Amino acid sequence: MKTIKNIFFIALLAVTAQSQAQNNAGLKLPNGFKATLFADTIGSARHITITQNGVLFAKLMYPNKAGKSIVRLEDANKDGIADKTTGWANYGGTGIFVRGKNLYATSDNDVYLYQLNENDEVVNPLSPKTIVKGLIARNQHASKSITLDGQNNVYVNIGAYSNACQEKDRNPGSKGMMPCPILDSAGGIWKFDGSKENQVYGDGKRYATGLRNVVGLDWNTATNSLFVTQHGRDQLNSFYPTLYNDAQNAELPAETMYEMKEGDNAGWPYVYYDPYQKKKILSPEYGGDGKKEGGENAINPTAFFPAHMAPNALLFYTGNQFPEKYKNGAFIAFHGSWNRAPLPQEGYFVAFVPFKNGKPSGEWEIFANGFSGLKGDEKVKNPRNAKARPCGLAQGPDGSLYVSDDNKGSIFKITYAP
Amino acid sequence: MLHKMKVKYYKYCFIFLFICAFSNLVTAQDLVKGKKIYATRCLVCHQADGGGVPNMNAPLDGASNVVGNNISRLVSIIKYGYNEKVALDGFYYSNAMTANPDLTDADIANVLSYIRTSWTNKASKITLAQVQVVKRKK
Repeated sequence: MKTIKNIFFIALLAVTAQSQAQNNAGLKLPNGFKATLFADTIGSARHITITQNGVLFAKLMYPNKAGKSIVRLEDANKDGIADKTTGWANYGGTGIFVRGKNLYATSDNDVYLYQLNENDEVVNPLSPKTIVKGLIARNQHASKSITLDGQNNVYVNIGAYSNACQEKDRNPGSKGMMPCPILDSAGGIWKFDGSKENQVYGDGKRYATGLRNVVGLDWNTATNSLFVTQHGRDQLNSFYPTLYNDAQNAELPAETMYEMKEGDNAGWPYVYYDPYQKKKILSPEYGGDGKKEGGENAINPTAFFPAHMAPNALLFYTGNQFPEKYKNGAFIAFHGSWNRAPLPQEGYFVAFVPFKNGKPSGEWEIFANGFSGLKGDEKVKNPRNAKARPCGLAQGPDGSLYVSDDNKGSIFKITYAP
Repeated sequence: MLHKMKVKYYKYCFIFLFICAFSNLVTAQDLVKGKKIYATRCLVCHQADGGGVPNMNAPLDGASNVVGNNISRLVSIIKYGYNEKVALDGFYYSNAMTANPDLTDADIANVLSYIRTSWTNKASKITLAQVQVVKRKK
């Protein structure tokens, strides 16, 4: 009886796996690519990272039903679906990054370091080292994203707790503060020593500034430099209806990708990037009228995208599995917009930007779509209707691309198998 | 005699109820005004379906606070804004709510009435009198 039951169970698994493989876990992908649902309902999966053995760790925004906020997923039988799920920690957050046997994870205030053993299991789940503590987290843009360079430095995004640095945040007519006092301790990327314990602001360095909120960031090993994706400001039409209508607000400002060298300034809050004029435009809170330029000391974006799509993860592809065009190019997970209403929302996909010699070599394109679960080309009207929202990206040791979703807690695995 | 008194009593009752009804009445026209305010001020964050944005902008449709009885809190949030992480029905929302100092008490009553009776919400409408009793607490 047991055998029959087992056979039935295995057959069921096989059928499920096959139907999943046929519909690519609901995703639309370029020719030759396949997707599987690597994991499901693990909790609000923000960023993800993968060890050299292929073990995936996800940081959850809140502890899941099991009360865990870091989830470990292993695919022991290598069928593209995780078969071993464990977890630990009880603090919410976004950032997670593994380098060798060092696993970094963030709360909204701190950066922690866990040790992995030879099987990539956590050795000290209850007693991580505190690498950085006491970072500012004031509701808006409080999550801390991290990445490491080749010298064991940790780069932490500290988002601005504001939309446009107004005296009264998100209040009509409230002027922008000059200079913006937020920039001393937020609105930029801070650099810390990845092995030193208990660092505070004074031990780190403000590596780059003028960034409203960066959720996606990655160290590009081809250029040996930091790249970030910024979430642009909201509500131009709400606060300045005489300067911007609904349609203009839906397209302004561009979401931007920057290469940030030490000391660089991307211009927030004084300017925003207009994708049509291709200029840095003075923010209306600082006297702008939609045309006046500003930001003489600010850098220009490396690439830019339609407004409000929320680039939540950035990954430079270094694998050998995908076709040549993807090598060293940038994948970006767009969480999906809300500030385009009343117009339809945009994003809810993974985009790709080809790179050559450290610069974009072509237009961006949609790589993986269909996360929202809507039929055909139907756009998301209200964010809560989207089934999945892409949030994190990671590259497996075999060159597969993993995408996390913080809505239903899915992890998608994308492979190239023509 | 008794019969006559009964009629009189009913009459007064009816007049009393009539006055009550009218002093509390939120007309269909008020709801239309409320809808218009919603479209120009609230919709961009709280969305056309009142569903809000996960983790950022709190939902209004089906939200216990919104259909609940703490009217003064609702009025205060609309008037003065809100800049704290809010816990609502098991989730947290982090975005700052814009203040609306230029809305009249009647505007606030209208938009609250619209919100409390739209989508799946079936709460009571809010009268001008209910808004007027709320004083700024700060």
